[in-house]
Amino acid sequence: MNINTTKIISLLFFIFSAFYLYTAYQIQVFAFDENAPFNARTFPIYLGYAGLFFSGLKIILPEPNTIKVDHKNLEYKKTAILIVIAIIYGATILKVGYFLTTSLFLFSSYYFLGERRWVLMFLLSFPFVAAFMYLLHGVLDIYLRDPFLKSIGVMG
Amino acid sequence: MIEGILIGLTTALTLQNILMVMVGCFFGTIIGMLPGLGPMTAIALMIPITYGFDPATGLILMAGVYYGAVFGGSTSSILLNAPGVPGTVATSFDGYPMAQQGKAGKALAIAAWSSFAGGTLSAIYLLFMAPSLSKVSLSFRSPDYFALMILGLTAIAAFSSKGQFLKAMMMVVLGLMLASVGQDSLSDITRFTFDNMNLTDGISFVLVVMATFAMSEALTIILKRNDPTSAAKQVSLTELGSIKINKEERSKMYKTIPRSSIIGFLIGVLPGAGATIASFLAYGMERNVVNDEEKEKFGKGSVNGLSAPETANNAACSGSFVPMLTLGIPGSGTTAVMLGALLGFGVQPGPRLYMTNPEIFWSIIMSMYIGMVILLILNLPLIPYIARILAVPKNYLIPLILFFSVTGIYVMSFNNFDIYLMIGIAVVATFLRLYDFPMPPLILAFVLGGLMEENLRRSLLLSNGSWEFLWDRTLTLCILLTTILIVVWHFYKSIIRK
Repeated sequence: MNINTTKIISLLFFIFSAFYLYTAYQIQVFAFDENAPFNARTFPIYLGYAGLFFSGLKIILPEPNTIKVDHKNLEYKKTAILIVIAIIYGATILKVGYFLTTSLFLFSSYYFLGERRWVLMFLLSFPFVAAFMYLLHGVLDIYLRDPFLKSIGVMG
Repeated sequence: MIEGILIGLTTALTLQNILMVMVGCFFGTIIGMLPGLGPMTAIALMIPITYGFDPATGLILMAGVYYGAVFGGSTSSILLNAPGVPGTVATSFDGYPMAQQGKAGKALAIAAWSSFAGGTLSAIYLLFMAPSLSKVSLSFRSPDYFALMILGLTAIAAFSSKGQFLKAMMMVVLGLMLASVGQDSLSDITRFTFDNMNLTDGISFVLVVMATFAMSEALTIILKRNDPTSAAKQVSLTELGSIKINKEERSKMYKTIPRSSIIGFLIGVLPGAGATIASFLAYGMERNVVNDEEKEKFGKGSVNGLSAPETANNAACSGSFVPMLTLGIPGSGTTAVMLGALLGFGVQPGPRLYMTNPEIFWSIIMSMYIGMVILLILNLPLIPYIARILAVPKNYLIPLILFFSVTGIYVMSFNNFDIYLMIGIAVVATFLRLYDFPMPPLILAFVLGGLMEENLRRSLLLSNGSWEFLWDRTLTLCILLTTILIVVWHFYKSIIRK
């Protein structure tokens, strides 16, 4: 049996399904529901077995087309930076506010992706977000929490 | 019926109502284009405005928004591979590859014409078949629904190319597993929440679709930036292409549209089924119907592959009005919102709607057709401008996609946890995509998960735990046999190829 990344992913899915199945059996149901033909754990149990079945088959059966990924050509660093920026964005959006965090997120993302046209970068972050905010908050009446704009008296 | 049509036309063709359809289509298109804001949000936003009008005008406005948002959703599917609604996921399978080949304008034109044709044909079906179709949809029981969902998920196997059936099935199971997180719909018992309150209501559809499509697409583009094959794609993305559809493409559409509109309409009539199943089934059926040469093009920018789901999802939109208007049972989430609005107007939908408020019933049907014409007139000339979104360089487009994704989740939940969860799912999805694990099966399974469990629950409780319900009814048996046929055919074809 040839071991490749697809098989390893299938093995991980097999382990995940086993864990899912174990957790499904741990779901607490009401006492009167325990022996019912269907209760809260029935469907998840079927799913757990289905996961084991399909991933098991994928591990056992030969792979007709092996997917080869050339890791040398992949931009792991930039992707990781973008993910970290997105996490920071997610962490600060509620506390700082939509306008400032979104604008800074866009500006820093453009920068880390290699953009250096500062005026365009600025226009497509701060004024763009302000216009988008107006569309959502002003026109469509969708509430946007923004402590920063509130603190400087721009938003009510 | 002629009298009804005339009543409908008289109501729908007033200046105010035509204006409402136009406004609805325009705003619907804009809102539908924004990933995360689909028809349901658009219609929900319109409800307070509609209360200022009479019921017929209010519903006409909402119907316009509905069609506009569905078309707008297709636009973001084609241009950004970011379907805002489940009904347009299948559109991205061939629409996005076509846009990557520099045919974005053409893909949008095909989508516009297919939507128009699908909507028009289904409005005609609705006109003549509404009374009898409501009877058919009433005959569907839980086992039939369960079998239909199994069929829908199995049809996904048809989407995956050679050697990917098991990968697709693993993604189906993963989608169903994600859908099982949260409270059980009947007993309210929490499952797989690990005492995290944020998971009690389950994982939202918008979150999963944003993570697996928009966000993971953006991350994949960055990850493969130095890949010679993806570099070629980046160059072609800046070419907008013509919106003209040539003779060969038109002849393909002529065959696809009628059969997809029938599937879309029939599926749309079934309460709860809606545009998603319709578009996936139409895509799967189209792939099985076309010749081997065309089949190879599926997933790589096939005209049939784009036209089929676009026709079907619009046809299903009209179809979903049948149970709502004649039975008072919404055919989709969107029509459920509209049902709420109708009740707010003091109109009780049901079989008596014909007699008590004929002007409402017929004017909605007539306005559907008018809405389709207006949508085409408004959107076709705008296609070159809409498609210019693609001309935005990747350095700007990728952060903007991430921004739309996070905003979609933020305005929905105001919750940091959902943003982290979305980023986590997107990272896993990006890794899975690298190894050709298909994402559409995961999405469809996620959408159908709750309904599937509900119908299995009812079926098993009614049959006292016996699985005989699968072959007790002829209809269920027929659907199941079709499913088995698809699986057997798939394996037979794989063996033949080997």
